[in-house]
Amino acid sequence: MSRLSLETPNKAQTVVEGLYQDLERRIAASPPGLCPVDISLGFLRLCHAQTCGKCSPCRIGLGQLAQLMDDVLSERATLETIDLIEQTARTIADTADCAIGYEAAGMVLRGVQGFRDDYEEHVLNNRCTSGLTQPVPCVALCPAHVDVPGYIALVRAGRYADAVRLIRKDNPFPTACAFVCEHPCEARCRRNMVDDAVNICGIKHFAVTHVGKVEPVANQPSTGKRVAIIGGGPCGLSCAFYLQLMGHQAVVYEQRPKLGGMLRYGIPRYRLPEEMLDQDIAVILSTGVEVHTGISVGTDIQISDIEQEYDAVLLCIGAHVDRKIGIPGETSNGVIAAVEMLRDMGEGNPPDFTGKRVCVIGGGNVSMDATRTAIRLGADSVTTVYRRRIDDMTALTEEIEEAAAEGATILPLQAPLRIEHDEAGNVTALITQPQQIGPVGSDGRPRPVRANKEESAIPCDIVIVAIGQGIDSRTFAEAGIAVNRERFAALPDSIVEGSTKIFAGGDAVTGPSTVIRAIAAGKVAAANIDSFLGYNHVIHAAVEDIPEAPLSPTAACGRVNLRTRPACDCIHNFDDIKEGMTEEEVLQEASRCLRCDHYGYGNFRGGRMRQW
Amino acid sequence: MVNVIIDGIAVRVPEGTTIMEAAAKAGITIPSLCYLKEINEIGACRVCCVEVEGEERLVSSCNNLVYEGMEVHTNSPRAREARRINVELLLSQHEGECAICVRAGNCKLQQVANSFGILCNPFEKNLPKLQWTNTFPLFRNVQKCIKCMRCVQYCEKIQTLGIWELTGSGGRATIDVTYNRRIKDSDCALCGQCITHCPVGALRERDDTRAVLDALADPNVVTVVQIAPAVRAAWGEAHGLPREMATVRRLTAVLRSMGFDYVFDTAFSADLTIMEEAAEFLKRFTAGELEQYPMFTSCCPGWLRFLKSQYPQLTDQLSTAKSPQQMFGAITKTYFAERIGVPPEKIFCVSIMPCIAKKAEKDGHVFDRKKKELQDVDVVLTTREMDRLIRSENINVFSLPEAEFDSPLGIGSGAGIIFGATGGVMEAALRTAYHTVTGSNPPADAFRAVRGEEGWREAEFDLNGTTVRCAVASGLGNARRLVEAVLAGRVKYDFVEIMACPGGCVGGGGQPIPFDQHDQADVRGELLYKLDRLSPLRYSHENPEIRILYRDYLQEPMSERAEELLHTDHHSWTMPLNPGLQGKDAEDTTIQLGYGQTDFM
Repeated sequence: MSRLSLETPNKAQTVVEGLYQDLERRIAASPPGLCPVDISLGFLRLCHAQTCGKCSPCRIGLGQLAQLMDDVLSERATLETIDLIEQTARTIADTADCAIGYEAAGMVLRGVQGFRDDYEEHVLNNRCTSGLTQPVPCVALCPAHVDVPGYIALVRAGRYADAVRLIRKDNPFPTACAFVCEHPCEARCRRNMVDDAVNICGIKHFAVTHVGKVEPVANQPSTGKRVAIIGGGPCGLSCAFYLQLMGHQAVVYEQRPKLGGMLRYGIPRYRLPEEMLDQDIAVILSTGVEVHTGISVGTDIQISDIEQEYDAVLLCIGAHVDRKIGIPGETSNGVIAAVEMLRDMGEGNPPDFTGKRVCVIGGGNVSMDATRTAIRLGADSVTTVYRRRIDDMTALTEEIEEAAAEGATILPLQAPLRIEHDEAGNVTALITQPQQIGPVGSDGRPRPVRANKEESAIPCDIVIVAIGQGIDSRTFAEAGIAVNRERFAALPDSIVEGSTKIFAGGDAVTGPSTVIRAIAAGKVAAANIDSFLGYNHVIHAAVEDIPEAPLSPTAACGRVNLRTRPACDCIHNFDDIKEGMTEEEVLQEASRCLRCDHYGYGNFRGGRMRQW
Repeated sequence: MVNVIIDGIAVRVPEGTTIMEAAAKAGITIPSLCYLKEINEIGACRVCCVEVEGEERLVSSCNNLVYEGMEVHTNSPRAREARRINVELLLSQHEGECAICVRAGNCKLQQVANSFGILCNPFEKNLPKLQWTNTFPLFRNVQKCIKCMRCVQYCEKIQTLGIWELTGSGGRATIDVTYNRRIKDSDCALCGQCITHCPVGALRERDDTRAVLDALADPNVVTVVQIAPAVRAAWGEAHGLPREMATVRRLTAVLRSMGFDYVFDTAFSADLTIMEEAAEFLKRFTAGELEQYPMFTSCCPGWLRFLKSQYPQLTDQLSTAKSPQQMFGAITKTYFAERIGVPPEKIFCVSIMPCIAKKAEKDGHVFDRKKKELQDVDVVLTTREMDRLIRSENINVFSLPEAEFDSPLGIGSGAGIIFGATGGVMEAALRTAYHTVTGSNPPADAFRAVRGEEGWREAEFDLNGTTVRCAVASGLGNARRLVEAVLAGRVKYDFVEIMACPGGCVGGGGQPIPFDQHDQADVRGELLYKLDRLSPLRYSHENPEIRILYRDYLQEPMSERAEELLHTDHHSWTMPLNPGLQGKDAEDTTIQLGYGQTDFM
């Protein structure tokens, strides 16, 4: 026998490694609404199988915990059983020798404390508090509940215009969303269980870029009702679109010269070409929306007058105010807010950064937009400074990677301390304090703490602050509209607390969020304004015959991602950086859809909401 | 058209045909459990899976469509094994005490398992604990439930009540009442359609036969039984009796041989209901009380429960007339008791009904408000319970000669008989109302326009120069659409008849369950209309026993005594509200639930 040998995994190990990966993807595709006790029992059994067997709390205890939880689920338990589960889990968490045991018990403990009501419901009534409500994961997770399997099937059938029509039932911004949606629909895509999530957004991208103008459905007969919409962003325009379809007259007041809100004044053109946005807006306006641009409510017109004149009002003013960072030197020449810069871009007034050294502060998507815009504006160098790790950035990974590829220096674990300037007040450097990543905070994210390192100076001419946005709701608050920490206090049905006919939605209610959430808010507001006005108009899908689901799923297959044009082609202009799929690619990608509208829980619930 | 080959047989079927339907066209029955045409095509049981050439996995045939050139094998080794194992899996969670099951011999699972030749099950039996109330008229045995979802779908799609839901998740997912309610706290209308559409014995009525047997055995009580109109159209189905033999007169003989002292006809009290309801309608109509909303019929307790839980603000639009069942009980324990000289508490009043809700109705409607302990009706048996009693009594229904009803509550007109079919109450009431207004009889079929298979029908009639706008709906989904339209002012009616069960009482939730699950309501309804057509007596007001009853006892419709015995206060009982209404002002609710218009997800 040799003294030492190199271990190679045996066949069983290799297969199990594969199963681990399958399981990871499977967990990613967990449908929302599962019984929390049952699913944690499943996790616990997995944990128990990981036990080496040395220590009693883990070897015996986890098994006993599983038995007790099974009792809870099987009508063999009393309320005391829940206490016993808690005590046992605590003991295992306290005494298991290694993390296999104590972390497993910790999971049970968090569960028994976090959803004790569900434990009790099982014990007392043999029932579960949760339940599957939305049958199709992608539809469930899209805030606007767009019929994803439906439009993928239409794209697969080459019916791009129908795909756009179907999307418009729930989302009047199919084009803009094809470019900039954060696609929460893909997060729990069941295809994950096979290989990887379907590139839903990419399929939509193909549809909207391969179709001419698609007319909206006809408006229903006029009701004579007039609804004022304050803010012409995605929320306001979505609401206006559906109100028009319902027969009401939507009147949009927009502060800026053009419509689109953050889609025009926040998102850089290289991510959303202006003509693409204009396509959506043109369709929305073609329904007869009355638009007043360049009107600032509170200055040019009073909210009280609007309230009197209209049958209902929707406030959707977005979150366009920059947040101050609060460090010395913030008022120096050359310190700019990202939102302001992006707004100037949208208005066609780009600043000239030629030869400038630029620092961007922040780790979110706006910071990446500022970073990449600065590169395109001719900056000599762009350094993005963030106080946590790159892993902790809230920006999409893709955005960060692309910014780096375009030449930005991403500098994590640097907390801005002050901005230095010369005698003329012009920025000369950003001084930062290096950080080290530290304990996980109550929000579950690791906190940065001061590293035992010297301050560092980043010489620069421009500092762009991208650390969040606020809502300019003062005028409205002063007019007596309920505001909670600058956000409109709107209920889930979008009516503002305490008001009789004022509704609110979008970023102005949620704080800065995604386009699709704003669109969903506009849709919800339209439905509830319609009811408030005493109607029950129905928005139909203009497409009824969704292609049948194929009988067999396609074999495991890689996901087609959209390619980004090479950085060298991109960094000198604001042209679209994405290359859409080819027809072969989109057909392959669309064929990966498992048609959860037809298979599984989907067809039990009718597959789709044909109208709302 | 699409060409397919199924088990070697070539068929041509229209595009959009399911594999199962195409197979049927080729003469091949693919076994299934959960499938219910147009209501439950969800492929849940996976028993109908077949092998399709070129497809990787087996395909459920109930909800997948054929395509050109498809080649299907329903009996390949793979399909056969899958079918058997899937049934064995279902059996492992099915109580399977077939010997003591109401659906023995009429159970899809039993039939399928038997026909597959399954003689033992390799899977261990694993049953959930039984948990249900014994007092509610609807009984659910979770140990028999195979989670086919038919009840969920029927209640939601056809009746728009959504009482049932797939609850929980994982291996413990089961069917239960929505919103984690107890059934008795729910707005269940007790239509019983979930029972008649259940493929197994998981749902049934509360069995009340024991109380009847006890009464029959008690020499100190006089047992009186009434037979509802719709029962005569269906009772023989469970005995394999041809329709021409399954007459109400044979049933009369059966019940008499069982030991009932008096066998009467609910068609008699249906005529009585017409006398009261027609009079009430004319009174409210001429007084202008029906200008905003119509008067609704009140003879269907499923509908009453529906209205009181979904549209409580319309309670006063209901006719105050009791249902024929309750009127019968009230007259039995007063007029009839006096005539035979027996104190009412010695009379045990049984009714044979096609209905589950009648079991609740008899508890809610009290004949004498001063003496609440005495009920109009003591026990309600469904047609099915009666059929079971007949079997248990070893009565040979084939050889028993027919017999006549007893008197004086034994004559029913054709108008009373058609109460059992949708539109019948309306038609019967109009015949009498016409007579009241004009003094002469209309042609007996003058109002046949209210008949039909449509779930919601309307017709206008001329009553002596005044137009009466009538509507008829059966099935609670149709009822909801109608009521929503009435509330929204989209339609205007004076008089509306509603039956909770599609097709009316003939399709009632207490009727025999056809093995092939094809609704029998139409066939049974036609039979009732035929009986009406053949009846020498077609107007309720001409029923001689009704005339005597008014002459000797009630004086005239809506007299003080009639009001006391034959009318009711619909506010005297309550229903749990629809969850969408709870917490709102029940008197001012016009919420639009959108049922019946939306495809629910």
